Amino acid sequence: MAETDTPFVQFIEVQKTYDGELLVVKDLNLDIKAGEFLTMLGPSGSGKTTCLMMLAGFETPTEGKVMLGGKELNNVPPHKRGIGMVFQNYALFPHMTVAENLAFPLEVRKMGKSDITAKVQRALDMVELGAFGARRPAQLSGGQQQRVALARALVFEPDLVLMDEPLGALDKNLREQMQYEIKHIHENFGMTVVYVTHDQTEALTMSDRIAVFNDGKIQQLAAPSVLYEKPENAFVAQFIGENNRLRGTVMDDDGTACTVKVEDFTIKALSVNHNGVGSGSTLSLRPERVTLNPDAGSLPNIFDATVEELIYLGDHIRARVSCCGDDEFIVKIPNAHDQSALDKGEKVLVGWSMEDCRALDA
Amino acid sequence: MVDAAAPSSAPTASSTRDLVTADGTPLKVALARATRLSKLRAFLLVAPLLLFILVSFIFPIVQMLWRSIDNPEVTDAIPRTAALLEDWNGEDLPSEQVYAALIEEISADGMRQEIGRMGARLNYEDGGFRSLINKTQRGAGEISESPIQYAMIGFDEAWEKQDTWAELDALAESPGFAAAFPATAEKLRAWETGNSPFAEKTPGADVYETLFEELSGSGNSTDIAQVVSLLGGTDNPIADLIQRTAANAAEIKDRPLRFALGGVDKDWNDTATWKVIKAVSPPVTMSYYLNALDRTYDANGNIVMQPEWKQIYVDLFLKTIYVSLGVTLCCIVLAYPIAHLLAILPAKHSNLLLILVLLPFWTSLLVRTTSWIVLLQSQGVVNDVLFFLGIVTDESRLQLIYNMTGTVIAMTHILLPFMVLPLYSVMKTISPSYLRAARSLGANPLVAFVRVYVPQTVPGIGAGSILVFILAIGYYITPALVGGQDGQLISNFIAYHMQRSLNWGMAAALGTVLLAGVLAMYWLYDRLVGIDNMKLG
Ligand SMILES: Nc1ncnc2c1ncn2[C@@H]1O[C@H](COP(=O)(O)OP(=O)(O)OP(=O)(O)O)[C@@H](O)[C@H]1O
Ligand SMILES: [Mg+2]
Repeated sequence: MAETDTPFVQFIEVQKTYDGELLVVKDLNLDIKAGEFLTMLGPSGSGKTTCLMMLAGFETPTEGKVMLGGKELNNVPPHKRGIGMVFQNYALFPHMTVAENLAFPLEVRKMGKSDITAKVQRALDMVELGAFGARRPAQLSGGQQQRVALARALVFEPDLVLMDEPLGALDKNLREQMQYEIKHIHENFGMTVVYVTHDQTEALTMSDRIAVFNDGKIQQLAAPSVLYEKPENAFVAQFIGENNRLRGTVMDDDGTACTVKVEDFTIKALSVNHNGVGSGSTLSLRPERVTLNPDAGSLPNIFDATVEELIYLGDHIRARVSCCGDDEFIVKIPNAHDQSALDKGEKVLVGWSMEDCRALDA
Repeated sequence: MVDAAAPSSAPTASSTRDLVTADGTPLKVALARATRLSKLRAFLLVAPLLLFILVSFIFPIVQMLWRSIDNPEVTDAIPRTAALLEDWNGEDLPSEQVYAALIEEISADGMRQEIGRMGARLNYEDGGFRSLINKTQRGAGEISESPIQYAMIGFDEAWEKQDTWAELDALAESPGFAAAFPATAEKLRAWETGNSPFAEKTPGADVYETLFEELSGSGNSTDIAQVVSLLGGTDNPIADLIQRTAANAAEIKDRPLRFALGGVDKDWNDTATWKVIKAVSPPVTMSYYLNALDRTYDANGNIVMQPEWKQIYVDLFLKTIYVSLGVTLCCIVLAYPIAHLLAILPAKHSNLLLILVLLPFWTSLLVRTTSWIVLLQSQGVVNDVLFFLGIVTDESRLQLIYNMTGTVIAMTHILLPFMVLPLYSVMKTISPSYLRAARSLGANPLVAFVRVYVPQTVPGIGAGSILVFILAIGYYITPALVGGQDGQLISNFIAYHMQRSLNWGMAAALGTVLLAGVLAMYWLYDRLVGIDNMKLG
């Protein structure tokens, strides 16, 4: 495998347009380390599949280079790239049995018969489908088909596996189970995985790093916790997790902290990504970082609020309050013993620290 | 079901019996009553279609099957003869009764049409029968009027000759003759002969009968010897004739009709003739089928090959199958890329292409076929182009039409859409991700295509092949127009038998063999590929 300092997969200033008018991938630079589990996350049409297809070789970049293991890939045909791929609809060959499907990549690599049988069986055992080799894909459930597709992409031991929304067609329970299985397989085999999804929980639970796509651009590339806790811009903050957004104008900024005027309220926030004093900014604040009825002076931002709506969710209670001119302001209250019950219409105080409130672009 | 459910349901006595509705009728009866009306309505809705299929499809096929074995001609025309022939052993000539029956039936007035049909039917078996029957029909009436006269003529046709009777007439004056055959002499003397154009060449039936009576009379050998010597000994053919007739008189008297009919045509003296009639008598026959397979019954009723020059149908069937297979193959080869292109092009372009594929459907078959004549004839477009390019010289222009080549080319063109459409409809449903998956798994484009794409199109190939093959095997108009001598297929012969030779039994048998062949192919296809795997779109 590539040395640790050179990335295994590299997109270098890649542009892609299908029709010559609209860039679906804009100026993409992305390094993926060997053995990494990288997820491309983004709304529909943001160019995730296109990136994956350029890596797999089914689309060519209009401009820029895609490198794999230090070699330029642009002119390497797909079948010579040695990249395993799991398709959204699985693309299991319907006229072959499961075992034949798995044997296919080995056969085209001219492997010996006995080798093939052994490897196929091992791959099937890995996904716990050892007894299903003789079945046709149509005779399997969706989850089983998904595992076969996974096994087929792995059976020839590629260094890089691409998965395009592999769990998109499964129901929630199965999806969660498969997430763990894929994660375990990744840990055991240590291959590099590029994973595409538009399900943020999936991205958060599985990935080493997540590249958030929007509008053909990577908005932020970071580990899940960083992405959640420290979104770099308003899109990421809103796309990942629940988020209170307050729009205002930056009054002054000392480099780390800034004050933002939202309607008549002045809020102290962490200066992250706003466009300088006088410009507009969106403040991002996670609902679970809001403290209810804090002691006076304990937090830099304490405001009056009115409870508009209460939703009981078992482990916590979601309270919609109006605060700082925003009546969609959400507060998550842990369902603990010491928490006094709220009533609708009740006047409360809400407060949060300066670090939890991030001043982002407008 | 009810019993199984009983223990868990309420433990009342009634729960072990059949379920009943509130008013006490059993549930099953109530259900049947409730659905009867809707069943009836459903049946009435499909009834017109059912009727249509019955009338337009099932009935003609049954009719055809029946016609291919139906054999009524002989029994219709000469039922008694046919019945008597059934008991005939087939070794000697049939009994006098049979002859009598045949003569009576064949000369019957109201049966001319039936007799004619019988002649045509018998003619399929052997080319001479039609004229034999016609001749016999004409002769039979006379025979029944004076059987002895015609028996004598049948015994030896010299009895029909003017010379014979002229000499006997001259002899009649002599006392020796008058002594030997007094009655005959008297009659002959009364018979007008001479050079008058109105004079009879041979005497009337009564003279024949009188002479025969005296020839066959017992103890007359001296009389005969006398007449022979009067005629100048046995060297005289007439003396010989008299002697022979006298010697066989008993036999002739016994079976006058056999000799008489033999006189009409010698074929009646041949057991083979009777065997043919006997063989054709049963009301159903396999002979059309045997014929369709180049076989026939020999004189003893065994199945044998037709003579070499009549063996055409087996070869023709084989040729038809080969040509159909060839056309099917050509269609697959040509249609596959077209269908593939149709399937992968964006809708805008593929629709245009589809219209081009369907265009032939919108032009008359005749126009399409004749346009091939324009293209392919030896002074046609193709040859002109080849000539212009120097590929052929004026003498070696290719013969592309009025032979098998023309048939195959034109049929391939006409049947191509039947291959393209099923293929297209199957290919359209094959997601491009299969090919991508194969490529990503390491297969080069060719391997991916052959191992992943092609197998998934097999249902389309199968459906198209069955369609094209079945259409090709019964194709008529194209071979008829562009096939020339050697490009004719079995359907052209079926048409020939329908329209020219009017041998509908043969046409039906050929058609049935063809149908059986098609069904056999269908069965084979089902075994190899599976009908379920067929996708017509
Ligand atoms: N073959 C193509 N021809 C033309 N435009 C295309 C083609 N494939 C994708 N696009 C366009 O490129 C853009 C990005 O598509 P892409 O499939 O990469 O999105 P995605 O992020 O994978 O979305 P999703 O989550 O819905 O799968 C879309 O606007 C789409 O319409
Ligand atoms: Mg996609």
